[in-house]
Parts: sequence; structure tokens; C-alpha cells
Amino acid sequence: IVPVTGLCPQAGPYGVQDSLRRGFSSVKNELLPSHPLELSEKNFQLNQDKMNFNTLRNIQGLHAPLKLQMEYRAARQIQRLPFLPSSNLALDTLRGSDDTIGFEDILNDPVQSEMMGDPHIMTEYKLGVL
Amino acid sequence: RRIMATVSVCKYYPGGFSFDNCKRNALLEADISKLGFSSPAARKTGTTICGVVYKDGVVLGADTRATEGMIVADKNCSKIHYISPNIYCCGAGTAADTEMTTQIISSNLELHSLSTGRLPRVATANRMLKQMLFRYQGYIGAALVLGGVDCNGPHLYSIYPHGSTDKLPYVTMGSGSLAAMAVFEDRYRPNMEEEEAKRLVRDAIAAGIFNDLGSGSNIDLCVITKGKVDYLRPHDVANKKGVRTGSYRYKHGTTGVLTKTVTPLNLEVVEESVQTMDTS
Repeated sequence: IVPVTGLCPQAGPYGVQDSLRRGFSSVKNELLPSHPLELSEKNFQLNQDKMNFNTLRNIQGLHAPLKLQMEYRAARQIQRLPFLPSSNLALDTLRGSDDTIGFEDILNDPVQSEMMGDPHIMTEYKLGVL
Repeated sequence: RRIMATVSVCKYYPGGFSFDNCKRNALLEADISKLGFSSPAARKTGTTICGVVYKDGVVLGADTRATEGMIVADKNCSKIHYISPNIYCCGAGTAADTEMTTQIISSNLELHSLSTGRLPRVATANRMLKQMLFRYQGYIGAALVLGGVDCNGPHLYSIYPHGSTDKLPYVTMGSGSLAAMAVFEDRYRPNMEEEEAKRLVRDAIAAGIFNDLGSGSNIDLCVITKGKVDYLRPHDVANKKGVRTGSYRYKHGTTGVLTKTVTPLNLEVVEESVQTMDTS
């Protein structure tokens, strides 16, 4: 049981505690994970990448993960407009997850989420104008 | 200001399992027994599934009862799931978990075999399943018997919910696994003929059906050989519903008629319109 900050912040859309949707807040609720798998699932992709890069470094030397990470960084920058979800096709191809299906494609697909940010505010935030 | 409202949505949420309701569920779980209710039970398959390797291939068997707590939810559910044309998988445990897991692995195997251009191997399916089940640390309650024939011959694996697997010539899983394993341990021989293997699996599942409350109804068999799959559903209807011997309908005239009054309802046609159906 690992206390981690910011696991389930009670703040709703307007920065105040959202009792209607998340119930009464307590410090324990926000520090401890609600399910043993929550932390491992949140960091799963990061941990997989770290493990793969480490193996690659041990086999082929430092240049291999460096070059790959540069490509990942470039691919991550290809996005749509700030308030639209991106399909991340280039990133998927690099990772090799473009021909696999997992729970992240079936459950809670971000393309089908019911909430969207206000386009004007999102673009202003992205451009730093706010 | 409005700014705080949307900044939190600027983050990218990758999808997949969401743990938002876990705390609420834990609270409900603690309080619900005080109110006199009980939380809904997941539909389990409470099963007997088994598989055996014989001379030319693999025979998989399963019963067909799905339970929800103490109630039979489905009297004839299909527990042998398709993974690929030469690989089938029986599932015990939580019904939704086995169903979704086998469908995901089936899709991934199809994509993989399109990418390699070859018929998929049972070892690939086994590795995909065990890596996924281990990732979720046993919270996905799927105990599977995976069998198939590929370029290296017939293979049979048993996969446990926490992600461990065993490669054996005969396996059983589910609540009736002990009854079925007793039959296997008594009568299994290596390199059996097809009829003998089918009879052995049928008897093992029947032992599970008649001696375990969680298994029942019919016996399904799936015989997989190189190039041919026989999905026998149902192979054996061990529990047929009985036929009523007497009729409980009363004959006309049993009840005597004392009085009869007829009241006509006067309805007049106000408006008549014809709407043609679009059958094109």
C-alpha cells in the first residue's frame, strides 16, 4: 500500500471539492489507492517502455534507446487540435501496439468520452495566452 | 474562473479499466448487510471443463450450466470458445471474464497470424493469455483449458487466473475438476483412439455434472484434429427436462353457466387513413 499524492483528487471541474460526483472527501481517500491494481495500471505503459529500453541498452548499447526515444518524442508531438483526442497512430506503430487489441481499446475509449474541453479555453491554454 | 474548469480535461486519459467506483463499492459493501440486502453476485460458470490429448489431436469437453450464487442463470451456455480455426478454449470462473478474455486473445491471434502469414500456434495463445492474466494479478477470474493442433502437433494447456500455466496430456478445471480428474486418472492411456477419447471426456464431464452442484445440464465436446474441428453441441443431453404426464386443463362445461348478459359497444368510425409501408 503506497501513499501517492494526487491519486483521486476530490476537485471537480471548478477546482472545489465535488461532493455530488465523488462523495465526501478525506485525506486518506486521496493518499491511498482505491484498488491494488490502480497504481500498476496507471504506470503500465511507462514501466513497459522502461523495461524495453533497458533491455535494448544492454543488448545494443546506449545509442539504440536514445534514437528510439527521439522518435517517440517526435511522434508524440503529432496531435490534432487541442480539444480533440488524437489517434496517436505514429506512436502506436513505433510501440508495435497498432496490431494488438487490449482493454484500453474496448473500455473507456477516449474517443467516446462524454466530456470535452471548451475549444476556446483549450486553444488559449495550449498557446499560453490564457 | 472558467480556466480551472477545463485545464483538468487537458490531460490525456488513455482508457482501459477505471477505478473510480472502487471506494464507493467498498463503502456499500460494508453497509449493505446492515440494511438487509446482499450485493449482486457475479455470474460464474461453476463448471467442469476438461481436455485430453489423443492420437490425432485434442478433445475438449465442458458442461453447460452457468450459476449466479445459488441460482442457475443459464441452463445451456456454451463454454467452449473459439480462439482460431485450429485452437479452442474452455473457460471456467467468472463468465464475463472468460468471454472477454478469449475474445480479446482471439482478435490478437488473428491479427498476429495475418502479420506472420502462418496458422497460429497454441503456445502463442498460451503466452498471450498468461501475460494478460498476470498483469491483472488474478483479479480477472478466468481459469482456462486451451487446446489445439498446430504445425508441431496437438497441445493442451491449463491456465490459472493468476497467470500460471501447465502443459499436460490431460487437464481439468472448475468446481467439478476433482470429479473429472478422478475419471481421467483411472482410465487415461497415451495415444488413445478418437472414440475412446470422446467416451473418456464424456464420462469425466458426466462425473462432474452428477457429483458437483455447480455443474449440470448437457455435455459439449470439441474434437480438434489437423485440418478439422468437430464442435458437438450438445454431444450428450444428460439432463433432459421431464414431460408432464397429465393435463390440468378443465373440460368445457365443467363450470355451470347461471346468467348471460350481452352489452354491445357502439363505436363509430371517426377517421380512416391508409399508410403504406416502405417495403423497398
